[in-house]
Amino acid sequence: MTSALERAKFEYALRLADSNLILAQRLTAWCGHGPALEEDMATANVGLDLLGQARLWYGYAVELEGRGRTEDDLAYLRDAPAWRNLLIVEQPNGNYGDTIARQFLYDTWHQLLVAGLARSRDVRMAEIAVKSEKEVAYHVRRSADMMIRLGDGTDQSRTIMQAALARLWPFTGEMFAEDEVDLLLIESGVIPAAGTLADSWRHDVEQVLERATLAVPRSGWMQSGGKSGRHTEHLGHLLTEMQFLQRAYPGAQW
Amino acid sequence: MNEWPLWEVFIRSQHGLAHKHVGSLHASDATMALNNARDVYTRRNEGVSIWVIPSVQIVASDPADKAELFEPANNKIYRHPTFFPIPDEVKHL
Repeated sequence: MTSALERAKFEYALRLADSNLILAQRLTAWCGHGPALEEDMATANVGLDLLGQARLWYGYAVELEGRGRTEDDLAYLRDAPAWRNLLIVEQPNGNYGDTIARQFLYDTWHQLLVAGLARSRDVRMAEIAVKSEKEVAYHVRRSADMMIRLGDGTDQSRTIMQAALARLWPFTGEMFAEDEVDLLLIESGVIPAAGTLADSWRHDVEQVLERATLAVPRSGWMQSGGKSGRHTEHLGHLLTEMQFLQRAYPGAQW
Repeated sequence: MNEWPLWEVFIRSQHGLAHKHVGSLHASDATMALNNARDVYTRRNEGVSIWVIPSVQIVASDPADKAELFEPANNKIYRHPTFFPIPDEVKHL
């Protein structure tokens, strides 16, 4: 890795890989515990899609880095401060409404992002984005549909969804916060500008929440830090489980 | 959770073939049934088209009527087109 631009691309690919992998780990934890068999399968499917996408981003990241690290090294041998995922994806699954709300907020962002990345000046990023687009389109179709069902459901389900939104809302600002990595890549036409993304995201989210008869939470203090490795306490616990095998039996394979 | 209604799922595996019954699932309405069918029954590239039908809409024959419904056809082998010599050139019969 030589130029500042390449370093920024590495950092950015790592962020997307980490966000997708951590969310995949969260979602697949529902396997066998979903509220209905059908939901169970659907949630695990989305998790596996995201895992596949994470692998594509890790593959590109280690290539950009060029130091011989593998995707497994990145996934299993980094401690929490080295992770670059958004804070929202490491938030606990909570009840099923919490999981759906987290998924909906993430999917809506993810869809807009991959649509923008599909026009990236970086050919590899554009290819990965194009490959992800159809999967992500289905993810948002599903999570938006569930938001509407649960929001516009019973009094109880509506209360649960409104509470879930309130809990997760402070983690949404980070999706659109720009640091020096983002700015350099936006300037170079590699990634879409966060401002445009934020407007479209807000528009899409509001439309669904209106149909779900849910109030848009008031935007106040927004959490940040995931992109620079300052995480909530939940990530460490997730990693101990996800990385257990490689930590306890270094180099184990099957 | 109250039990969601049951749906029957039919999948067309490729163009030119008929939809085939693959199983059932629970969903609260048609949209959800289609989404669930996609997630439960097409994970391994099984289909190009999905039908879902509320199970209560299917009218089934009574197993007790089996004898009068199906046995009369059993002993009429002449209804099978097996009494004609088929030229070798004719395929797909």
